[in-house]
Amino acid sequence: MKNNSLWKDAWGRLVQDRWALLSLIIVIAYGLVALLSATGLIASNWAQEVGASNLPPSGEHWFGTDIFGRDVLQKLIRGTQIAMSVGLAASLIAIPIGVVLGALAGYFGGWVDDLITWLYTTFSSIPNIMLLISITMILGKGIFSVYVALGATSWVTLCRLIRGEVMKHKEREYVQAAEAIGGGHLRKLFLHILPNVSHIVIINTSLQFQVAIKSEVILSYLGLGVQGEPSWGTMIDDAKLELARGVWWQLAGATLAMFFIVLAFNLLGDALRDSLDPKLKGK
Amino acid sequence: MLRFILRRLLYLIPVVLGVSLIIFVLFNLIGGDPTAVLLGKNATARQMNDLREQLGLNKSLFAQYLDVVKSAFTFDFGRSWATKQEITYMIKQGAYPSLCLTIPAFVISTVLSMIIALVVAFYRGKGIDLFIRFVCIAGMSISALAYILGFQYFFAYQLGWFEISGFEYGFPDFVPYIALPAIIWIILSLGPDVRFFRTIILDEIYQDYVRTARAKGLSEVSILLKHVLRNAMIPVITYVVIQIPFLILGALLLENFFSIPGLGGLTLNALNSSDFPVIKAMAILSSVVYIVFSLISDILYTFADPRVKLK
Repeated sequence: MKNNSLWKDAWGRLVQDRWALLSLIIVIAYGLVALLSATGLIASNWAQEVGASNLPPSGEHWFGTDIFGRDVLQKLIRGTQIAMSVGLAASLIAIPIGVVLGALAGYFGGWVDDLITWLYTTFSSIPNIMLLISITMILGKGIFSVYVALGATSWVTLCRLIRGEVMKHKEREYVQAAEAIGGGHLRKLFLHILPNVSHIVIINTSLQFQVAIKSEVILSYLGLGVQGEPSWGTMIDDAKLELARGVWWQLAGATLAMFFIVLAFNLLGDALRDSLDPKLKGK
Repeated sequence: MLRFILRRLLYLIPVVLGVSLIIFVLFNLIGGDPTAVLLGKNATARQMNDLREQLGLNKSLFAQYLDVVKSAFTFDFGRSWATKQEITYMIKQGAYPSLCLTIPAFVISTVLSMIIALVVAFYRGKGIDLFIRFVCIAGMSISALAYILGFQYFFAYQLGWFEISGFEYGFPDFVPYIALPAIIWIILSLGPDVRFFRTIILDEIYQDYVRTARAKGLSEVSILLKHVLRNAMIPVITYVVIQIPFLILGALLLENFFSIPGLGGLTLNALNSSDFPVIKAMAILSSVVYIVFSLISDILYTFADPRVKLK
């Protein structure tokens, strides 16, 4: 019998799913575009005038030009960098907070659990959009506020899921065995239990990533997001006035750019859940 | 049961205190002193002091925190900076247009999603199931902004089927104004709702009692409608109840685009004019309503499903 690890098995199931594989490729492609744009290799001249204003899409400018004669495709690429950075930053804030608090609450129970449960119940009691608006408004407009606001709202779900899963695991035999050979609390929790619940982090991050991207678009549309740089949200905001004059390409471009990455993360999230947590398959 | 309800009621207190704490930290601690913004550059120290007193900002921090907590119970939020009106009055004014839009949209979208989910569950694993699941995910991946802009431009502006924007009070005068935003709300909710309801129904379909019903020779349709649906209603009810607070919050973007003078529009106007007290009031109000409805949903759950342990 071949002795595959859980991760190898899961990977095998994932790549057999055509849609999941395609989604993964799309996510990687967006990541690469964002990375190239961040390092200035592509779209660094997005602010340059390349033609007349509001040119419709053509072979030269695939998504046309905007009112200042800037290439819409280059703006879309800059917007990709913003969107991916927001997803990444929100995850980097949410994962450590969610995992550590969730693990502590689930493992220790008692007053630690009460305190952490109270904390995330409190956060989840404020409707997300109100919390996002309040935080970005108070910290001041800009991409940094969006990072913080999304980080502050997206740790809650992860924390709740990790807590529940750790609670289930802490009584299992392998944890008792670890205790029998003298493992302390921290060793049991971080070396034994956490690796067994880490699939939740991956599944949840895939789904949170697209929530973060969607939220960034709305916050930027409201004028709370990135300033002085193109984002999909500000492009849609521009389109609000342009549409009546028949200029549809900024809206179409931003919508399409967002559509593929959000769709990819949605499909990937579902596929990851099926492959990492086979008990839930098909639900 | 009574003990459970009492304990759950008592748990409201720390949560409301916690929500007040977050809002206090955001608006009073980090938000800092708004007097300079409010009075402009040429304000004298005396004017600033007077204003601070008026806004209650020269109280101790603890007293300011207590003010936030108090407003969570009395709903007395003071006055708006932009319009100088009582915020409570503004909220009362905004609630009617918001509810005219959100209640019909919510009822229709929930019923429609349930019907689609039942059909999809009936044909589970077949072509139509896969197709509708894909349409749901694809629909959820399009920005809400794109739906609103596109629909408003095409159906209201180009075809002229609906009013482009505005609102009129009284039934049926408001119908032409809320019809299109309500349709967009329904389309936006269908994706997540159908997916959720489908999962709930499929959870039930593989239970033993369904196998028993099938063994008795009941038809698949009557199993679905009589047995499965009844059991699936429990999570569905809690899901529906927990969404009611968001109806009160209004449809932020929809009201903004269609110039409906509801609570969502109120919030966004406050955002544009940096009207902190209104945002703060909406944050407190929506949280309190959310907390109350999550309590109701918990209680309903225990009534509907006696298996739930009353821990």
